[in-house]
Amino acid sequence: MSLQVKFAVRENVLVVRLEGELDHHEATNLRESWQKELNNNGVEHVIVNLQKLSFMDSSGLGVMLGRYKEVQAKGNEMVLCSISPEVRRLFDMSGMFKIMKLVDDEASALEMLGVASCEMK
Amino acid sequence: MRNEMTLEFTSISENESLARVSVAAFVSQLNPTMEELTDIKTVVSEAVTNAIIHGYEEQKDEKVLLTCAIDDGEIEIIIQDRGQGIENIDIAKEPLYTSKPEWERSGMGFTIMENFMDRVDITSEPGVGTTIRMTKQLTSTRALCN
Repeated sequence: MSLQVKFAVRENVLVVRLEGELDHHEATNLRESWQKELNNNGVEHVIVNLQKLSFMDSSGLGVMLGRYKEVQAKGNEMVLCSISPEVRRLFDMSGMFKIMKLVDDEASALEMLGVASCEMK
Repeated sequence: MRNEMTLEFTSISENESLARVSVAAFVSQLNPTMEELTDIKTVVSEAVTNAIIHGYEEQKDEKVLLTCAIDDGEIEIIIQDRGQGIENIDIAKEPLYTSKPEWERSGMGFTIMENFMDRVDITSEPGVGTTIRMTKQLTSTRALCN
């Protein structure tokens, strides 16, 4: 199973929705498309929705950490949401939540970043 | 009885998913928990990725050898490459250490393998290659063995 990536922008927030499996093979494409989206005008904060991500390994952690550092360097925030138990195990083990915020769902993440909660496309 | 399977594949990143899915399918006969299956898929992915990017430095015409065996409910996974080998295994195993920081590697590969498996043995010789041998006893079979 490969990786599908969907980007959406809500006000100044880039929402990244990942579906499928994120490994080394998928990591390079994800990094490139994600960086391109980050360079769009008006994008400041990032929400990563992991609801449909069924697998991730340390290559995925590398991509997450890389984007976190870029967002952080500009004084902005990156929030993760809707993580599955399978993927959560890797994040817990690697101590990722000591630096990244995790919330239950996209609506909570938007609220945290100051975007008024209403329907998302 | 020992039940074993071997898979040899070209050192391209497309085959990382093939490797972990094949092992998951093979060990499914032991009825692993979802958590155990995820752990096993993750460590196979880590070891095969290491072989491709570190062992072979992304040369696409080499071979990775994967062996998986089930013996008395214990799973043994061996991943071998004939690549450049590891100069210093202790340094390579350190959490967050990576020889390729410019490639955005997390440096967590060996740490993940050691956490998700019961035992991890690394044998490596510069210029000859690297063999990773990992074992794990499943909870479903552990009770039967006692």
